[in-house]
Amino acid sequence: MKKQNHFALDEKLSEISRRDFMKFCGIMAVSMGLPIGVAPQIAEAITNPKRRPPVIWLHGQECTGCTESLLRASHPSLEHLIFDLISLDYHETLNAGAGHQAEAALHNSIKENAGKFILVVEGSTPLKEGGKYCMIGGRPFVDIVKETAAKAAAVIAIGSCASWGGVQSSPPNPTGATGLPEVLKGTTVVTIPGCPPNPYNFLSTVLYFLTFGKLPALDDKARPKFAYGRLIHENCERRPHFDAGRFAEKFGDEGHRQGYCLYKLGCKGPITNANCPSILFCDVGAGAWPVGTGHPCFGCTEQAVGFKIPLHTQAEVSQITPDAAHAPIETEQGKGLSAGAAGVLGGIAGVAIGAGAVIAKQLGQSEEGE
Amino acid sequence: MEIKRRDFLKGIAGGAALALAQPALALAREKSRLPDAVGILYDATLCIGCKACMVGCRKANNLPAETIGPQKLWDNPIDLSARTLNIIKKYVSGTGEYKDREINGFSFIKRHCMHCVDPACVSACPASAMTKDKKIGIVSYNKDACIGCRYCQVACPFNIPKFEWDNPFPQIVKCQLCNHLLAKGELPGCCDACPTGASLFGPAAALLEEAKRRQKMQPGSYYDFPVSTITSGKIQYQQAAQYIPRIYGENEVGGAQVLMLAGVPFEKLGLPDLPSGSYVALAENIQHTLYKGMILPIVAFGGLIFLVKRSDKNKE
Amino acid sequence: MKKEQPLGGKIFTPTFLFFLLLLIISLFFLAKRFMYGLGAVTNLSDGYPWGIWIVFDVVIGTAFGCGGYAIAIMVYLFNKGEYHPLIRPALMTSLFGYSLAGLAVFFDVGRYWQIYNIFLPWYLNPNSVMLEVALCIGAYVVVLWIEFTPAFLEKLGADSAKKSLEKIMFIFVALGILLPTMHQSSLGTMMVVAGSKLSPLWWTGLLPLLFLISCIFMGYAIVIFEASITAQRYKIADESRILSKLSGIFPWMIGIYLIIRFADVAIRGHLGLAFRGDLMGNMFLLENLLLLIPMGILFMPANRNNARMLFLSAISIILAGTLYRFNCYLIGFDPGVGWKYFPAAGEILVTVGIVSIEIMAFLWFIKRLPIYHRA
Repeated sequence: MKKQNHFALDEKLSEISRRDFMKFCGIMAVSMGLPIGVAPQIAEAITNPKRRPPVIWLHGQECTGCTESLLRASHPSLEHLIFDLISLDYHETLNAGAGHQAEAALHNSIKENAGKFILVVEGSTPLKEGGKYCMIGGRPFVDIVKETAAKAAAVIAIGSCASWGGVQSSPPNPTGATGLPEVLKGTTVVTIPGCPPNPYNFLSTVLYFLTFGKLPALDDKARPKFAYGRLIHENCERRPHFDAGRFAEKFGDEGHRQGYCLYKLGCKGPITNANCPSILFCDVGAGAWPVGTGHPCFGCTEQAVGFKIPLHTQAEVSQITPDAAHAPIETEQGKGLSAGAAGVLGGIAGVAIGAGAVIAKQLGQSEEGE
Repeated sequence: MEIKRRDFLKGIAGGAALALAQPALALAREKSRLPDAVGILYDATLCIGCKACMVGCRKANNLPAETIGPQKLWDNPIDLSARTLNIIKKYVSGTGEYKDREINGFSFIKRHCMHCVDPACVSACPASAMTKDKKIGIVSYNKDACIGCRYCQVACPFNIPKFEWDNPFPQIVKCQLCNHLLAKGELPGCCDACPTGASLFGPAAALLEEAKRRQKMQPGSYYDFPVSTITSGKIQYQQAAQYIPRIYGENEVGGAQVLMLAGVPFEKLGLPDLPSGSYVALAENIQHTLYKGMILPIVAFGGLIFLVKRSDKNKE
Repeated sequence: MKKEQPLGGKIFTPTFLFFLLLLIISLFFLAKRFMYGLGAVTNLSDGYPWGIWIVFDVVIGTAFGCGGYAIAIMVYLFNKGEYHPLIRPALMTSLFGYSLAGLAVFFDVGRYWQIYNIFLPWYLNPNSVMLEVALCIGAYVVVLWIEFTPAFLEKLGADSAKKSLEKIMFIFVALGILLPTMHQSSLGTMMVVAGSKLSPLWWTGLLPLLFLISCIFMGYAIVIFEASITAQRYKIADESRILSKLSGIFPWMIGIYLIIRFADVAIRGHLGLAFRGDLMGNMFLLENLLLLIPMGILFMPANRNNARMLFLSAISIILAGTLYRFNCYLIGFDPGVGWKYFPAAGEILVTVGIVSIEIMAFLWFIKRLPIYHRA
């Protein structure tokens, strides 16, 4: 990295120390599964004003939970993100202006940055009855999304609603709530599912795009592999309890208080792909994620699980591995006498003995008769 | 079941008595390890029970997990089966505190095919589905030859061949020492996975030497123990345990290519106490004495034809 | 000399229909076995890979089928022509016993669709005891059908064919003695290799000899058993004199057998196991008691002339032989701690079905084919 960039960097990030900033870049690199050496490259990418990308953030049917979780990110904090790292041109929650003013900003940005901006969509898109269940500025949300996406450099669906419809797409789904990949068929939509998703998974994806000019490796559901490549079960801090067969059977029971595995309470960790146990939430330290607080994972990042499988229904373990216990040297195996077999054998013995006795008796008689 | 060597020899004597007219019935044919035989040395005192070998075996042989119990939570077979070719079992006694001690101790034991020098399954199989490799001595199975009679299961003193009872088109399944991997220059799944060198792959002769070396170790002193293969160069510097003075598989039923060491008597670890002679040799001796070149049956047949003709004549 | 004649009469008697019903029940379980595998019907396991389908249907079934062999030894080996009338009925039971054993093997083997592999030279394993058993039983079934063909030819009235067949019959008669000698002894040798898993009460290098002797006395007992029943139910020539004469052989044969049996166990130093009061010990005692009692009874000539005593003794000997084989293959077989086996209901019913075929065939044969000498 060249020296002048360091000056530029120092200037830009006057409020935080350079050391902290590089640390942040390193953390981001690691959380994306990249070598730590990439950190300067990340720093370079996010401090170059020419590359500071415009971001347009649209809201469909949602609860703003995704935005809320992003607001609570601390490295970088949201203000850094939107003022220094990216150019957040339109975000309904964070817009300074309102009404026509805001809409004008959106139109201008789309026009100016066509082909360059990142589109982030939060919330599902209702498709029923022409999309009238979500109107913004007098227009159906679905039209806005399609129009904007056509001009975007990259499209990111943040949250489970945008990824696959979320809670409102559960049957009977009265509004026809649909995920973004379904609405924008043919366009690559990176999905960051979760309810809410971990903000760092989103930030990492954005930074990756800024740094390398391309999207990170995605899985078959277009989720970044660095965040969704593994089951929660694989990295869960309570996994040793699972392997040893130590389970909480009821909320508040002894096992629950001991921090045993929550599988029997319906934890969906064994079938849910996410990095929650590794990166945790809210930057408050160990245990800050659902399972860490004693609540079973409910599978919010997994389309077939969250809002589909009832909360306390036990999951079918998808990757079966050995338990901690060992088979004893001697075990009972094979099947012994059953009532049915005893009955059948008894019947046969009865018939045989009866027949034998009759014949033996008659043999005697015929002899006497002679 | 306790068959002492003495009884075994008496049994052989019985077989000899049967072959009345045969003056020289070979008592036990001497089969020894093939010069290029390969095998595994399992040292229970090095085993930490991590089950990496079980996972490695599943991976190497593309076997699905085997779950026992109402909930399919774990890969937790209780014994070898058609889906489990390798298992780590645990012996526990009393308080189970001390590793490799018979009393108030515990020990792991690994069970899979012993790759016998004179395998009963190979001798028993009527269709040559079980064969012993002529060079490296691995006992392998050919499903295209097998008729599913399960005589190999009856014959095997270690209960190794397993049958797919719930499959309408079943096969026999057994450890074949990952011969498909050996052919590619790779290691057997279990030895490759073992982190401590408890499962050690190598030439059978070298493994026997190694086993003998360990038997002479001073308990409590530190020694080098090779990991994964005897020549891998990977070494664990470990404290030697108190071995019981026996190398299981050295002589049992004529010897095996898989050898075992432990700190707990092998009977306690579920391994049968077997004589050094091979039952196979006895069975084959009886059979070969009676049917060698089919001479005896042909002579008998000639005699019978004569007797039948004589009897027919009498009738007339 | 009197000739064998069909006994005539109705085929579909209530007895016949009863066994037909049993057969149909067994077909249900067989269908299940072929659709879902052996584990769906049987209680077989990796510890007890052989159950009653092998032990009863084959190992014991063929011993039941040794009547023809045993009588042939008497007639041809010892040149006792007077036993000739017993040959054809005995051959018939042998025919059923062996043919159905072959059928049972087909149900039992897992990979039945390639059962012919044992006949392919490149799959031959000359070391395998079972190969010898399989080839001999296979050949003997063919020999039995050939030996029995004159009965069919008589029925069809093909006299010239029968005559030319009878000219070469001596070959098959000789084979009919040789083959059972070979495979009945080998049925014993089969368990020699099981060595460590078979209780010392049964495991011995003498297994082949004991199996051979036991199959012969079982053969005679079967002939007497069957003749007693047919004599009771159908009008056939009185054979009681031949039978009582035949039974004179039992005390000697059983005596020799028991001496070898006990001497063998005693010399190996395991007689103590018999008196431990456990299942194996008790079964050993029962098995030999069932021989000792008829031996004692038949030692007295008066009892040999008593049809009832003869019948009961024959049953006891058959049970003893049956138990001996069960013990050698199942009860004395111990694959290790924790394993257990008892046949499942479906498994037993399949065996019942096989026996039913045997009984139905027997009823049909004696009524329609020239088997017995009519009174």
